[in-house]
Amino acid sequence: MTYRKSTLSVFRLSSIFAMFVLLVTGCSGKKAVTENNPNAYKVGLVFDVGGRGDKSFNDSAYNGLEQAKQKLGIQFDYIEPSGEGADREAALRQMAADPDVKLIIGVGLLFTDDITAIAREFPDKKFACIDYNPQPGAEIPSNLSGITFEEKKGSFLVGALAALESKTGTIGFIGGMDSNIIRKFESGYIEGARYVKPEIEVITNFIGMTGSAFNDPAKGKELALGQYSRGADIIYQAAGASGMGVIEAARESNKLVICTDMDQSSLAPGRVLTSMTKAVDKAVFTTVGDAMNGKLQGGKQRVFGLDGRYTDYVWNSGNDKLIGQSVRERIESIRGDILGGKIKIQE
Amino acid sequence: MKLLIIVSENWVFRVVNLTEKPFGKNPERGSNRQLFMESLAVVFILQVLRISVPYLFASVGAVFSERGGVINLALEGLILAGAFGAMLGQYLTGSAWAGVALALALGLVVSLLHAFVTVTLRADQIVSGIAINILVMGVTRFALGLLFGSAMNSARIAGMEAPMPLFDPLLLIAVLSVVAAQFVLFRTPYGLRLRAAGESAEAVETAGLDVRKLRYSGVLISGALSALGGAFLVFQQHSFTDNMSAGRGYIALAAMIIGKWSPVGAALASLLFAAAEAMSMWLPSGWLPSQLVQSLPYVITLLVLAGFVGKATPPKEVGVPYKPK
Repeated sequence: MTYRKSTLSVFRLSSIFAMFVLLVTGCSGKKAVTENNPNAYKVGLVFDVGGRGDKSFNDSAYNGLEQAKQKLGIQFDYIEPSGEGADREAALRQMAADPDVKLIIGVGLLFTDDITAIAREFPDKKFACIDYNPQPGAEIPSNLSGITFEEKKGSFLVGALAALESKTGTIGFIGGMDSNIIRKFESGYIEGARYVKPEIEVITNFIGMTGSAFNDPAKGKELALGQYSRGADIIYQAAGASGMGVIEAARESNKLVICTDMDQSSLAPGRVLTSMTKAVDKAVFTTVGDAMNGKLQGGKQRVFGLDGRYTDYVWNSGNDKLIGQSVRERIESIRGDILGGKIKIQE
Repeated sequence: MKLLIIVSENWVFRVVNLTEKPFGKNPERGSNRQLFMESLAVVFILQVLRISVPYLFASVGAVFSERGGVINLALEGLILAGAFGAMLGQYLTGSAWAGVALALALGLVVSLLHAFVTVTLRADQIVSGIAINILVMGVTRFALGLLFGSAMNSARIAGMEAPMPLFDPLLLIAVLSVVAAQFVLFRTPYGLRLRAAGESAEAVETAGLDVRKLRYSGVLISGALSALGGAFLVFQQHSFTDNMSAGRGYIALAAMIIGKWSPVGAALASLLFAAAEAMSMWLPSGWLPSQLVQSLPYVITLLVLAGFVGKATPPKEVGVPYKPK
């Protein structure tokens, strides 16, 4: 009897243990994208929620690394952390502890606190963080370069565009995680829309309060269907991978959507009015080049803004039929006014 | 059910009244206001139904598992496995029904694991459920990485064609499964035996029946139904994303408890959750802090639970592994 009992508990323990082994092998995939060049400069990248294949923010960062690999001959590794905070920190630490990796890039504002702490712990390594978002007045380590974009100004432009193109007088906004950076998208969009049409109605929703809000397309879709049925004919989504749901909703209801970070028109041809693009790829490429030459601009925030079209909106052969020539000219003149300081927007 | 629809309709009208300003201002819609509000109500009800389908499937399935005496905390993982199977099936063959078949197969495999660990090995049912959730999450991420080079997103799939929103095949199957489950559980010999296995396994054994077989069957039914819920989710979303069940399994479990371990009760509770969730989406922004709006479904549920449902008594021997004499 006792014997039987003990074999059973051994069974139990081993079955649970086996599950954890499977779990661990399933989760911590550090993917090396390298060819056999041991002397190449090596970059480690940790993705944001949403991960590679989000056709947005993360893919844009990945494209930047690919370009750097082809043009600058670097090697890189990447990790897609699962779940919440602790995982991201572990992934950064794993990269920083790799003796070959010289530059570590965290993609997304959620890395801000962790990458600041780890940059202090590893003063010999270089770090960069996209959408770096520290507390006001906080000191940035000299080996860490914060990379930011002018989301508010870019959103102002697409807000004006949406208001000019809307036929119902109601437009929508769907944000991912309710946070100050996504609030910047929202407020810029509303200000831009009101700037050209003071009476425009804007319906806004946020998907959630945590990082996982960037990864819930099902909720994004339901929110979008609700906004479309309430009269919005254009929705601006700044919701990472959740934005895919908004795009699905636009396809289903034959309405328009404005996407973020990357030109996403290929996901729903004819339904993407424009995209507010952040040239994360160019920023990553530039940062890698600077770091290789020992010129990383550490200790401060580096802004990739409207100037130079790092932050911009898409207008090309894919959507010039959706946007009239006169509207395009109006938006360009607004852009000029923002750059010239005639329109003041507080980032 | 009817009552719930009437109630949710009232909610829509109230919500619409809150947002009076946007619509009132629009001259072209003013004359058609009545019609517009009716169409809004339809949109809202369809939305509630869509949100409720994964809850319906998983909570009705869980009734079988728990009535048979096995706590099923693995619902989350089962939904995820079903979603992955549906995506993979359709991705490989192009057919949505092949996706459904693979979803069912994966749901059965994962629930078989849960049944094996809890019934045959008599391990702690809660630990097994949680371990399976984590396991499925890890395995799906791993498999996604192999298939698509990303541990987080699959390619786009076509989803399931429905002639009308109300006639989505999986939605109809969900409704049918509630009725069928209620009948099987309370009107057939099998249902009686399964319930007995969860109330007093020893009595079932004395009557010459195999408790283990009964419990296995309950867990497997749960796995198959939860997997269908996952398939619905992935067809709606047109792609598989990492951890896309996003807590729905736990909400389904709560729905089952609020529904007092009966399929119809679980279905009503699922609709309630879905209605509360849809409502929080329709509240005009700025009217309440979004933190409060996000927590609304849970607050409403707590209030309903405290006010109307009364005492929920689980099956007597749920969670107790049975050791044959």
